[in-house]
Amino acid sequence: MIALLIRDLRLAMRAGGGFGLGLAFFLIVSTLVPFGVGPEGDILSRIAPGILWVGALLACLLSLDRIFQLDFEDGSLDLLATSPIPLEGIVAIKALAHWLVTGLPLTLAAPFFGALMQLESPGFSWIFVTLLLGTPALSMIGAFGAALTVGLKRGGLLMSLLVLPLYIPTLIFGAEAATRGMAGFSATTPLLMMAGITAGSIALLPFAASAALRVNLR
Amino acid sequence: MSQSTTNRSTKRSLGQRMNALWEYANPVKFMALSGKVLPWAVALCVITLVPGLIWGFFFTPEAANFGNSVKIIYVHVPSSTMAINIWVMMLVTSLIWLIRRHHVSALAAKAAAMIGVTMTVISLITGAVWGQPMWGTYWAWDPRLTSFLILFLFYLGYMALWAAIENPDTAADLTSVLCVVGSVFALLSRYAVNFWNQGLHQGASLSLDKEEHVSDVYWQPLVLAIIGFGFLFVVLLLVRTRTEVRRRRLHALMARERMIDA
Repeated sequence: MIALLIRDLRLAMRAGGGFGLGLAFFLIVSTLVPFGVGPEGDILSRIAPGILWVGALLACLLSLDRIFQLDFEDGSLDLLATSPIPLEGIVAIKALAHWLVTGLPLTLAAPFFGALMQLESPGFSWIFVTLLLGTPALSMIGAFGAALTVGLKRGGLLMSLLVLPLYIPTLIFGAEAATRGMAGFSATTPLLMMAGITAGSIALLPFAASAALRVNLR
Repeated sequence: MSQSTTNRSTKRSLGQRMNALWEYANPVKFMALSGKVLPWAVALCVITLVPGLIWGFFFTPEAANFGNSVKIIYVHVPSSTMAINIWVMMLVTSLIWLIRRHHVSALAAKAAAMIGVTMTVISLITGAVWGQPMWGTYWAWDPRLTSFLILFLFYLGYMALWAAIENPDTAADLTSVLCVVGSVFALLSRYAVNFWNQGLHQGASLSLDKEEHVSDVYWQPLVLAIIGFGFLFVVLLLVRTRTEVRRRRLHALMARERMIDA
């Protein structure tokens, strides 16, 4: 399993754009929003947590089709499916690799991009914490969506239609926790709810995703 | 999938009465039974829906602060009720397909999705039409409204997945998995949205608790209209499922023709 993780990470690094593209996209979103809504600091700092969350979510969505698509096309997914590791484990490892390549860099970079959005100083740590707890759920839910659409020729657009509604609860609780924390209110409830969604997704979705993969590999 | 082999053994161990019920999952028996039921369902739909709507629209008084706009309730509430219940029905049929692999079940879920999305749209539009004069806005990010918008998105994704996959069995499997996972997330969204924003929408119009209930004058035709919408759904579902079964047969026939030609 660790070998698979290292292989996936190495592929993502060498193919270029694994780390880079998601981050660049996130940077562009944080640059475009002030152009759209105007440079006034108070408006920007009020919407900053939400925009950062939506930006991270979209950046995550961009790279989802890489999780299974390439392996499906060159046949290595069939080999992985017949390997001694259960398919559920492979799905979980691939989601983890996706998170390490997109979710983690986004989380680390979010406070810096927050500065562009005039985020107030308590907000930096809140954005970091909420994204750290929330992005694993995004990767896992995304892996499920990618598993559903892996057999399709042009599955990208369809996958976003399937995955985005599934992202709604995570987004609501994550952005709400960040906003509340920044404003100095208690953010425990949304934070716990979001952590619960993350834990539940990691525990249960590998089964659903591998069921979908088995259908697609049939 | 290995269910088909395990299916037979569980089928034998189940009681005789259960087997009698499952027999209607056989397409031939389903077509025969549904063909007989359909006219009755149409009749029941007409005798509940038409009087319900006419009673509601023309023979109820204007409400004190709503005027005539109160009458939109006779379309809005039944369609909302159906929109949610149709998703639940799709969840049940999807589970039946995943567990017992009855084709009629998967086709019924596919047939229901289109009706469900239509009901959701009707509910959203009538709500917007009502909201404009009453709340002063077509749309508010109220929990109930937002939940329905999310439900609409789930229906769209479900139908898009059906449309995108060519192999019918693969499509049935994947959409069923999506429906099960989607139901969990739809439920989560419902609570997340409640938490996110407190709303304008009034509470239940039909709870058994008399306190928040609408007045009896409106309640009686409303119940009739809801029953009517229920039968309307049954009629549409039967017609659409029968169409799907026939379409499947046509495909089989065409495939056979091609085999003979080749």
